[in-house]
Amino acid sequence: MGTPEKTTRATRGRRYRRIVWWTVAIILVGAVALPLGSYVYTGFQPAYAQAVEDTNPRANYWRAVRSGDQGYTSVVGQETNVLVQNGGQNWRQYRNRLLANYGGWALFGLALLILLFFGWRGRVNISKGRSGVMIMRWSSLERFVHWYTAILFVILTITGLSMLFGRAVLIPLLGPRGFAAWADIAMGLHNVLGPAFSIGVVVMILMWIPRNLPQKGDGEWLAKFGGMFNDDVHPPSGRVNAGEKIWFWIIATVGVGVIVTGFILDFPNYGQTRETMQLANIIHGALALVWVGVWFGHAYLGTIGTEGTLEGMTGGYVDANWAEQHHDLWYEEVRHGGTQAPQGATERAKPGPGGEQPA
Amino acid sequence: MARMKFLCDAERCIECNGCVVACKNENEVPWGVNRRRVVVLDDGVPGEKSISVACMHCTDAPCAAVCPVDCFYTTDDGIVLHDKDLCIGCGYCFYACPFGAPQYPQKEAFGVRGKMDKCTFCAGGPGENNSDEEYTKYGRNRIAEGKLPLCAEFCATKALLGGDGDMVADIYRQRVLKRGGRPQTWGWETAYKKAG
Repeated sequence: MGTPEKTTRATRGRRYRRIVWWTVAIILVGAVALPLGSYVYTGFQPAYAQAVEDTNPRANYWRAVRSGDQGYTSVVGQETNVLVQNGGQNWRQYRNRLLANYGGWALFGLALLILLFFGWRGRVNISKGRSGVMIMRWSSLERFVHWYTAILFVILTITGLSMLFGRAVLIPLLGPRGFAAWADIAMGLHNVLGPAFSIGVVVMILMWIPRNLPQKGDGEWLAKFGGMFNDDVHPPSGRVNAGEKIWFWIIATVGVGVIVTGFILDFPNYGQTRETMQLANIIHGALALVWVGVWFGHAYLGTIGTEGTLEGMTGGYVDANWAEQHHDLWYEEVRHGGTQAPQGATERAKPGPGGEQPA
Repeated sequence: MARMKFLCDAERCIECNGCVVACKNENEVPWGVNRRRVVVLDDGVPGEKSISVACMHCTDAPCAAVCPVDCFYTTDDGIVLHDKDLCIGCGYCFYACPFGAPQYPQKEAFGVRGKMDKCTFCAGGPGENNSDEEYTKYGRNRIAEGKLPLCAEFCATKALLGGDGDMVADIYRQRVLKRGGRPQTWGWETAYKKAG
């Protein structure tokens, strides 16, 4: 007597499963197909599609004004007929974010890195000790041009960075009134000394181009980083090594860019537009930060980084052993009666300017 | 607290430059500086529109953001003012401002800039209200006297409205409704154009 009941239960179970499967299938197909069905609807309503493409004359009018269209105004002045100038917003973002924020941290990081490097490497000494024989390295004209430019560069760096980072760094230290007083002086110095500085840079570039042309051995010097990381590595170098050449060409490119944009900003009386000055300001700031960054390296290697380098630029003479260690090709040239005879031990054996005699 | 705003109704402005004159006279603005100016668009052709423009007293003012000496401040009324004792005349606010509001009296040769001058919404500057010093540096402080900017008060066609933003918006909304036209909002016609 159990069979009919059993059959009924099996049938019911099958029917139940069929209902479940169909329900799921209908839901799935419906969920996919119904939203797509709206395409059919829009297909019959081309008017809507057209409406979106229509332009609104009034909106277009103000859009043109927004993008800096020029009008007429009776007020005399530079760009007074422009109702809205768009570039300022971009300039603001580039200056405040890229230069004043990221640029500042990059410069700070670089200084820290050099400090860490100095801590690890220490000063690179003249390995053979001083010979007492001095060789003429920089003529008095070269030294004059170098220090004229260098002193102005330092002043321009301090005043320029004050303008860029002063609000974040110096206002908390000096207070708004104190910093405004300094900023006034800084801007004045920057604007007046800038043109004077540019003369030095131009003379320096013209004076040193011949010495800074690429030479055999420069590639090897660069591949070994000039022996910067190791006392035993001394790649070949002529009078000017490849690193100094790179520094020179950075001045000849980046530096010239800074100077050209500097002139654009310094003399707003020639009718340059706001757009030009916004662009000039960003280029000026960005290139100047690069310049200062590379200068950190130059100043480090020229002073505390290497023994005996600075005296070449202060007194004009370097120790023969220094020359042999850092500029071997030039040293050989000088020794074998090259263009410049060694300034004899007789003349310069006395303690050089600022140079201590080895014990 | 009120949030002060200027609004120039381009359908009403007739380029009489009364606002410019009123501003110059009330504030004794230095030579070569115009805190307000009227710009005519499509001058002499159909669709000509005139707009009086000055400092718009932005909420997120670009001039204040880029000032190296941080001399700008916003009053409780939402008016952007600056301290001429701090200003060094670097010109950065002029680079940043979309409306060309900041201007500089030329000091000497080579376009050296003096201290920046701009519309103060007739609210003077820091320091004692309506003192001689404030008047010399920034012009009249009408807000402290309970008055609105003279340019807007002076406007013959009431195109230029200045005052509490809510009230200015209400007046303008009523005008738009009265004219029976659509609001002059960008994209209005695109969004609400009747089909067919």
